[in-house]
Amino acid sequence: MTDTVTTYPHLDRPERFTAAQIGWVPWLTPLPVEEFTDRHWAGVVDRSRAASPYFALLARDPEILAARTTTDKDIFYNTTGGLPRAERELAATATSRENGCVFCASVHARFAGHYAKRTDDVQLLLDEGVTAPLDERWSAIVAASVALAATPVRFSAEHIHRLRAAGLEDSEIIDVINGSSFFNWANRLMLSLGEPENPAEG
Amino acid sequence: MTIRIPPDVIDVLLGTRPDDTLDTLRSLRPATREHTQRSFEALFQPVDESHIGLAERYAIAVFVAALHKDVRLTEFYAAGLGDHPALLSAVRSAADAGQAEGPYGSYREAGLQAENQEGLTFQVGTAGRDALGTRLAAALDHAHRLVFHPRDSRPEALEALIAAGWDTDGIVTLSQLIAFLTFQIRVVSGLLTLAETLPLTHPTEASS
Repeated sequence: MTDTVTTYPHLDRPERFTAAQIGWVPWLTPLPVEEFTDRHWAGVVDRSRAASPYFALLARDPEILAARTTTDKDIFYNTTGGLPRAERELAATATSRENGCVFCASVHARFAGHYAKRTDDVQLLLDEGVTAPLDERWSAIVAASVALAATPVRFSAEHIHRLRAAGLEDSEIIDVINGSSFFNWANRLMLSLGEPENPAEG
Repeated sequence: MTIRIPPDVIDVLLGTRPDDTLDTLRSLRPATREHTQRSFEALFQPVDESHIGLAERYAIAVFVAALHKDVRLTEFYAAGLGDHPALLSAVRSAADAGQAEGPYGSYREAGLQAENQEGLTFQVGTAGRDALGTRLAAALDHAHRLVFHPRDSRPEALEALIAAGWDTDGIVTLSQLIAFLTFQIRVVSGLLTLAETLPLTHPTEASS
């Protein structure tokens, strides 16, 4: 019987937002790799992802996992034109910070800091939250992401004017919209199906 | 021009016309456009309906869109419940009772306790529960948390779904469904907002 919920009473949990590498443990049982059929392998897209409890859990619905993964990859990795990768990762980090996903924020804070070579600014966003003082271009991207994360959505023409004034082309603004919107999807899966843990020491 | 079959749902919702400004901008990211559509199809034209039926999916979608006060998406999904007027009515009533502003919620992380924000913890009422059934009512309770206060998620929420008749595969699809909708609603909202700031540049049409 796989319909059981796993809890972790003694888990070593992170205490705040962090750019450090942390783990994630599932509350539901991932699909065991020996039960994967061709349909499930197609769902995880990259075979190595079957080793991740998150993707192996999502593999229980392979069609939506595959479509989600390919959407994710294009929004973040396709840098043919449009917004630099660093700023797509900034939108992902700001959205995760606003929604409260410590795990998602950790992954994308590392990417944003790495690609922008601005780890101090990213750390400020993690520590102080979405009102942290950043330069105008980054503040405009963070504010747009936060407005998109609100329910009901608060994103307005003012956010677009601010992004344009900060130097973004309309094609780049679409990347902000897609990147932030996508993390509303990712945050909700990560937050509701499991929780972050600190890696084992040593 | 390219005719997409089935039509791209976001283009339908946006009222995009071939070669207008939004079409041109969306066409810069053809893979995003294609796979966003595939995501919709995976959820609403599913290969496997055994863990969560189509009417349940549309009912949850109406609820999620209505919590966002997004009339366009609410009515789009409501059309999928044309054969279930009583169900649609019960979902609309539940959404009216569940209005809130998110994101809020409490952190488990010790260092983030100062950021906790109170807000509505929603449960479908007794009358709604009778109309929706235990299983769908539990799904709406869960959807409300995921939409407005996902950081309040705890394992107990999944226990409640299992107690209401959901299995593990069904909870995975349910979670993807709710989370996808929060993405789709924002993409449509964001692109419509962008379109409002653009000059109208529909292509000149021959004579129609």
